[in-house]
Amino acid sequence: MDARTEEERFNAIIDDDEKIEPRDWMPEAYRKTVIRQMAQHAHSEVIGMQPEANWIARAPTLLRKAILIAKVQDEAGHGLYLYSATETLGVSRGELQELLHTGKQKYSSIFNYPTLSWADIGAIGWLVDGAAIVNQIVLQGTSYGPYARAMVKICKEESFHARQGYSIMMTLADGSDSQKAMCQDAIDRWWWPSLMMFGPHDSESAHTAESMSWKIKRKTNDELRQMFVDQTVPQARYLGMTIPDPDLEFDEESGHWKIGEIDWEEFWSTIRGDGRLNRERIAHKVKAWEDGAWVREAATAYAVKHGMKLDKSA
Amino acid sequence: MSTVTTRNPLAAYIVRHADDNMVIGQRLAQYISRAPELEEELAVANIALDHIGVADHLFTYAAKVEGGGRTGDDLAMLRTEREYTNLLLVEQEHDGFGELIARQFFFDAYQALLWEALADSTDDTLSGVAQRAAKEATYHLRHSSAWVIRLGDGTHESHRRIQRATDRLWRFTAEMFEADDLDRQMAADGIGVDPSTLRDAWESTVDSVLEEATLTRPEDSFQTSGGRTGVHTELLGPMLAEMQWLQRSYPGLSW
Amino acid sequence: MSYDVPVAPGDTPAEVQFGGGVDHGFPLWEVFVRAKRGLSHTHVGSIHASDAETAIQNARDGYTRRAEGVSVWVVPSKEIVASDDAESMFEPFEHKPYRHPTFYDIPKEVGQL
Ligand SMILES: [Fe+2]
Ligand SMILES: [Fe+2]
Repeated sequence: MDARTEEERFNAIIDDDEKIEPRDWMPEAYRKTVIRQMAQHAHSEVIGMQPEANWIARAPTLLRKAILIAKVQDEAGHGLYLYSATETLGVSRGELQELLHTGKQKYSSIFNYPTLSWADIGAIGWLVDGAAIVNQIVLQGTSYGPYARAMVKICKEESFHARQGYSIMMTLADGSDSQKAMCQDAIDRWWWPSLMMFGPHDSESAHTAESMSWKIKRKTNDELRQMFVDQTVPQARYLGMTIPDPDLEFDEESGHWKIGEIDWEEFWSTIRGDGRLNRERIAHKVKAWEDGAWVREAATAYAVKHGMKLDKSA
Repeated sequence: MSTVTTRNPLAAYIVRHADDNMVIGQRLAQYISRAPELEEELAVANIALDHIGVADHLFTYAAKVEGGGRTGDDLAMLRTEREYTNLLLVEQEHDGFGELIARQFFFDAYQALLWEALADSTDDTLSGVAQRAAKEATYHLRHSSAWVIRLGDGTHESHRRIQRATDRLWRFTAEMFEADDLDRQMAADGIGVDPSTLRDAWESTVDSVLEEATLTRPEDSFQTSGGRTGVHTELLGPMLAEMQWLQRSYPGLSW
Repeated sequence: MSYDVPVAPGDTPAEVQFGGGVDHGFPLWEVFVRAKRGLSHTHVGSIHASDAETAIQNARDGYTRRAEGVSVWVVPSKEIVASDDAESMFEPFEHKPYRHPTFYDIPKEVGQL
């Protein structure tokens, strides 16, 4: 079978809205794009554990502590599902991790901001997971099968993340003056970075057109951002909190909330590695990995010693 | 015994087991995002959640038994170091995965036996918590034993590290089986268990795992205790300071 | 798109070759979960583990946190043997409509058949 026929078959699968599966022929650029996107998504889930783990030990009640642990644990699980999906394309997790540790692959810029108060845990669940959900719901329709399936599983778990975050915010908004101030301060710091999560405007986005035609991406950055803004503004109002955007206004004609201009300088500098905590996040991750080397080596050595026995009993 | 948490013996008995689970749960929670592999992040978080869940149930029950208007969260978040009655073992810090596993292994082997015994408690609530916790502890023990064995029988380096961790924590193990008046009273009432009766079974679990792990059972006979009367090592205070910080900084609010 | 990290203007992304690179990880295992009694084990994804026993534990911790399962299987990924060439293997079956009950028109009066 020649490559042209294969390519036609590939295109027909995409056109029919069916899924590409691991062993299917695919254009090299498709494969690379899917790997890059899944890997960076996986890295984001795993690095995203850190800002929230920062508050596990200080969570104010036992229930909030348990919820936060379960939530951070889910993010580890999401990383696991996504690395697992990436590995269907013959790339090992070790390889991908190496790319993360050496800065050759990135993760979402949002996780380079510090969590400075308990309200930040609420804001992250509500805004950051909220933004992630908008994106991930659409990605359930992505054309690469293992990625789409991972998204289905992740979306099922995510809705609790956004709700627990909003529940923290509701409690604070309903609380003392100090709690209200904490709540507003968190919104002030997390609002714009959450909008930046959707990436640059479509006109500036290098990958969008190709990814859209392959149905890896199903909606553009600006479309997704607008969906998020429209659902989130009324939620902020319900809390009685202010969104830190003087230009925010409802456009009767389109039925959408219009936002002011995003500070793209901040966005790009964070992407380049000069955000608040880029270096700390990677250092933390690398340290955990290096500190664990002796444990992994031990497990491997043990399996080698007892390998035959275990394989047979498996 | 200068500081009494509660004058109600049943409440005091429940609180000591809640404290054990609270403190070890908090220690495990501090480890999240630092595990040697992604899969181990999930495992450690599950174990932390089990312990914190048990603590939450027991604190809530103790608060009810005590009847003084305190909540379960008050018991967790507003008692001082002197009022906490956990075992010294669970407050020990880990310098890494080896000590975390050694601490967990000693404690899991104890709790698996404890909950099995408390499942027969004449106190229905305690028995209910114990039945659930017994299943969890069985799984925890399976997890920690598997790691003790892999680290012990792994590389030269891992053997050295887990042996050192085992040696270091050994001096906190006898306390688990020290019975005080409260234990004896609760055991006599059919509510609790005399922990000294768990010792032989614990030793045989520990011996067999250490043997499979090619580790040497620590010989140091020095043992230390005091947790049940609130006389701790210097490690609990800083942990509670962190854990209770928000509640103490902003008193009396809901979260 | 939130997790498709864009390349900053003026930056050149590192050229990355996938596959055949370093792998210092544990072997990969495919995970199958039985959601409840009466159902088959279904493939849910994969995990890494050094041996079968820890693979089972990792599968449990990774894929059944919300009580999604009552039993798990793990299989070393390298042991999976997969079919190839869907065109010649499976498409021929699409052309045998007479194997399906709906192919046959049976009068109503005949009753259950
Ligand atoms: Fe996630
Ligand atoms: Fe999430």
